[in-house]
Amino acid sequence: MKRWIPLILFAVLVGFFAKGLFLNPREVPSPFIGKPAPPFTLPVVGAAERTFSPEEMKGKVWLLNVWAPWCVSCRQEHEVLMSLVRERELAIVGLNWKDKKREAEQLLDQQGNPYVAVPDDLSGKTGIDYGVTGTPETYVIDKSGLIQMKHVGPITPEIWEKKFEPKLKELGA
Amino acid sequence: MIPELGHFAIIIALLLAVTQAVLPLVGAQRGNLTLMAVARPAAQGQFVFLIIAYACLVYSFLVNDFTVENVARNSFSQLPEVYRITASWGSHEGSLLVWVLMLAFWGAAVSVFSRHLPDDMVARVIGVMGLISIGFIAFLLITSNPFDRMIPPPPDGRDMNPLLQDWGMIIHPPMLYMGYVGFAVAFAFAIAALISGRLDAAWARWSRPWTTVAWAFLTLGIVLGSWWAYRELGWGGWWFWDPTENASFMPWLAGTALIHSLAVSEKRGAFKAWTVLLALTTFSLSLLGTFLVRSGVLSSVHAFATDPARGAFILGFLVVVIGGSLILYAWRAPKMITGGAFSWFSREAMLLANNVILLAAMGAVLLGTLYPLLMDALGMGKISVGPPYFNAVFVPLMAPALFLLGVGPLVRWKGESLPDVATRLKWALAVAVITGFALPFTLEGFNPWATLGFFLAIWIALSVLIGFRERLKHGARLSSLPRSFWGMQLAHFGMAWGIAGMTLVANYEQEKDVRMNVGEQTSLAGYTFTFKGTTEHDGPNYRAARGTVEVSRDGKLLNTLHPEKRIYNASGMPMTEAAVDYSFTSDIYVALGEPLDDEAKAWAVRVYHKPFINWMWYGATLMILGGFLAASDRRYRIAVKKLEAPAGSQGAAA
Repeated sequence: MKRWIPLILFAVLVGFFAKGLFLNPREVPSPFIGKPAPPFTLPVVGAAERTFSPEEMKGKVWLLNVWAPWCVSCRQEHEVLMSLVRERELAIVGLNWKDKKREAEQLLDQQGNPYVAVPDDLSGKTGIDYGVTGTPETYVIDKSGLIQMKHVGPITPEIWEKKFEPKLKELGA
Repeated sequence: MIPELGHFAIIIALLLAVTQAVLPLVGAQRGNLTLMAVARPAAQGQFVFLIIAYACLVYSFLVNDFTVENVARNSFSQLPEVYRITASWGSHEGSLLVWVLMLAFWGAAVSVFSRHLPDDMVARVIGVMGLISIGFIAFLLITSNPFDRMIPPPPDGRDMNPLLQDWGMIIHPPMLYMGYVGFAVAFAFAIAALISGRLDAAWARWSRPWTTVAWAFLTLGIVLGSWWAYRELGWGGWWFWDPTENASFMPWLAGTALIHSLAVSEKRGAFKAWTVLLALTTFSLSLLGTFLVRSGVLSSVHAFATDPARGAFILGFLVVVIGGSLILYAWRAPKMITGGAFSWFSREAMLLANNVILLAAMGAVLLGTLYPLLMDALGMGKISVGPPYFNAVFVPLMAPALFLLGVGPLVRWKGESLPDVATRLKWALAVAVITGFALPFTLEGFNPWATLGFFLAIWIALSVLIGFRERLKHGARLSSLPRSFWGMQLAHFGMAWGIAGMTLVANYEQEKDVRMNVGEQTSLAGYTFTFKGTTEHDGPNYRAARGTVEVSRDGKLLNTLHPEKRIYNASGMPMTEAAVDYSFTSDIYVALGEPLDDEAKAWAVRVYHKPFINWMWYGATLMILGGFLAASDRRYRIAVKKLEAPAGSQGAAA
C-alpha cells in the first residue's frame, strides 16, 4: 500500500489543478459591489463646456467603461462596444482614464464613439475612487445608482453574452 | 522565409524526438543493439535542429521582423540589440523553445558523456528524455508556436517587458532552465533503472554528477533571479515568496535532498527506493513549476501571459509523465532491496534527517503556494498567502537541518559514538553559542533571530574547518583531498557565508522614505545623502528622470549615485531603476519614488542601507562552485575503467 501513496497524493493535486484551470485567480470580488457609485463631476471630452456626473444617469441601468487611448486591449474592446451599441439601446459611459497625451477625442472621431458621454479623468483620481486596477474595466450600475457588477479586462462577445446579458436582464435594462 | 525554416526545424526535431524515444526503448527491451544505437545520433540530431530553430528565432528578433507575432509582441525597433536577443526568451513561446533546446542539450550531453555506460542503460535514458521532448515540442507546436505570422504586421513592436530589460535577466532564464531541465537526466536515469530493475550503486554513481551539475545551474539561476529582483524591482527586497520564485525553489529543495540521498545510495546501497522517488519528485516539481507559471492557475507578478488551453495541455502532460512514473515506481518498488544497516547515529541517519527536513520544507512551500488555489477550488473564498506564513514556517523548519549540517559530515558511515563526536565538536559549539549571543549585543542588543542566524553560520563554518583538520591529521594533504570532498566543503562553507549575510541584512538593514527638495539632505546609518535634483535623460527606448544623489560620510564625498525613473516609449510603462553602491560590507541603495510637485523638483526618495547583503551572493557563488567541483570528481571518470573490467569491484570506489 505504502508504495501507492505518492501516486494518490499526486492524483489529489491533479484534481485541484483541473478545477483551478477553470477559476480565475485575478478575479477579486470588488468591495464596491452593492455600494453607491462614487460621485464625480468631470469635463466631457469633445465638449469643453459640458460636464458629466453619475447623477445624470439616475433611473437608468448603465455601464461605466474605464478605458484609455494608450491601452491596447481597450482598442480590441472598442470594436466590440461599437457593435453592441449598433445592435441595441445601451448606455455606456466611457471614463477616459489618464489620457495625458489628449488623444481620446481624435480617436473617437476616427473610430466611432460607442459612448453616451466620455468624462475626462486626466488625473486618474476618479478611477482610484472606483478601485480601478487597470484598463479596461467595466462597472454595471443599476437604476438607483448602486454598483452591481465589475468586470476586469476587455469585454468580448462571449463575455458579454455570459456575464453582462444575464445581469442586465436581472436589473431590468 | 527564415521563420518558416525555424518552424520546419522544430517539426523535424519532433520527428527525431519520436525516433529517439521509440526505437531505443524498444531496442533495450528486446536486446536489439541496432535499435539501441539509434539513441545517440537521434539525440544529437534533435539538438542540432533545435539550435537551427532557435537561431531562426533570434534572427527574426535581430532584424525586427514584426510579421512574426512573437517578435511584434515582445520586441521594439528601438530596443538595444542585446535585449533583442534576450527578448527571444522573454515570451512564453520563446522561453518554451529555450526549454526544449536545453532538454535536447542535456540529451546530447548524455549521448556524448556516457561511453562507460551499458548500451541498454544509455538507450533507456536517452529514450526517456526523448519522450519528455515529444511532449514539450508538441506543446510548442500545438499551442505556442513562436513563429506564428501576423499579417499585416503592426508598424512597430510592443516592446519587451521593461522589467526584463536588465542584464541580470540576460542570463537568469537560461541558467534557471539549465537547472530545471537538467533534473530530467536524473529522472531519466531513475526511470531507466526502474524499467531494467537494476537499481544499484552504479546507477546512483552515474546519476550523481548529472544531478549535481543540474543543481548547481538551478542554484545559479535562482540567485541571479534574486539578484535581479533586488536591483530591478526598486524595493531592495531579494526574495518575495512569489509563486514563480517558489516554483523554482521547490525543485531546488527536492534536488538538494536528492544530491544527499544519492550519496547514501552510492556509498552504502541504502535508501534506494527513497532516492528513486526523490529523483522522480524533483523533476516532477520542475514540471509542476512550468504548469503553475504558464497555466494561469496562480496569479503572480511575473507570470507569463496565460491561456487555459495551454494549462490543459500541460496538465495532461503532467498526468502522463508524473502519473506514469509513479505507477512504474509503485509497480517496481517491491523489487528494490535496501542494503546496509546503520545505527541511529551515523552519516546515513544524518542524511536521512536532512532529507526529511528538506522535503518537509518543500511541502510547506508547496502548501503555501497552492493554498489560494485549494481554497478557491473548494469554494472557500479568495485568499493570498504572504511572506509571513513562509517566514514563520520555513525558518523553524530549516534551522534544525542547518544545525545537522554542522554534524553530519563529521559522523562516520554505519555508526558512530555520540560522546566521541561531542568531544570533537564541543569547542565549535561553545564558540558558536557565545558568538551567537555576543554579536547582537555589540550591534543593537538582544535579538533572538540574529542569534540563531549567527550561531548557525559560525557553527557550520567551524564544522567545515574541523572537517579539513581531521582529514589532514589523518595524513592527507590538501592537494590530495578528492574534489568531491572539496566541493562539499566549499558548498557548506558557502551556506554558512550566505546565512551570515542573510542574518545581517534581514536584522540590521535600514531604510528611509523621504521627500527631498533639490539640495536637501537626509542621513541613514551614518551616511549623508544630498539630493541634487533630476535631469531629463533619453535612453535608447525610454525617457528618464535621472536623479543625482551624493553620498558622503563625515563630510567626505564617497560616491555619486544616479537613480532613474524611466518611462518606456512603446509600453508607457514606468520603471524604477535603483542606483546601488556595492561594497564588501554593505550596499547603499537609492531609488526614486514619485515626483511630488509639478515642476518635478521635489521627489519621494527611498534610501536603504543593506549591510553585508553581498555575502549572500558570495556564499551562493561558493555553493555553485562546490557543486561543479564535486561533479568533476575523478571517481566518476575512474569508474569507467572499473566497470569495463570484467570483475566489478564497485564497492571499493566509494
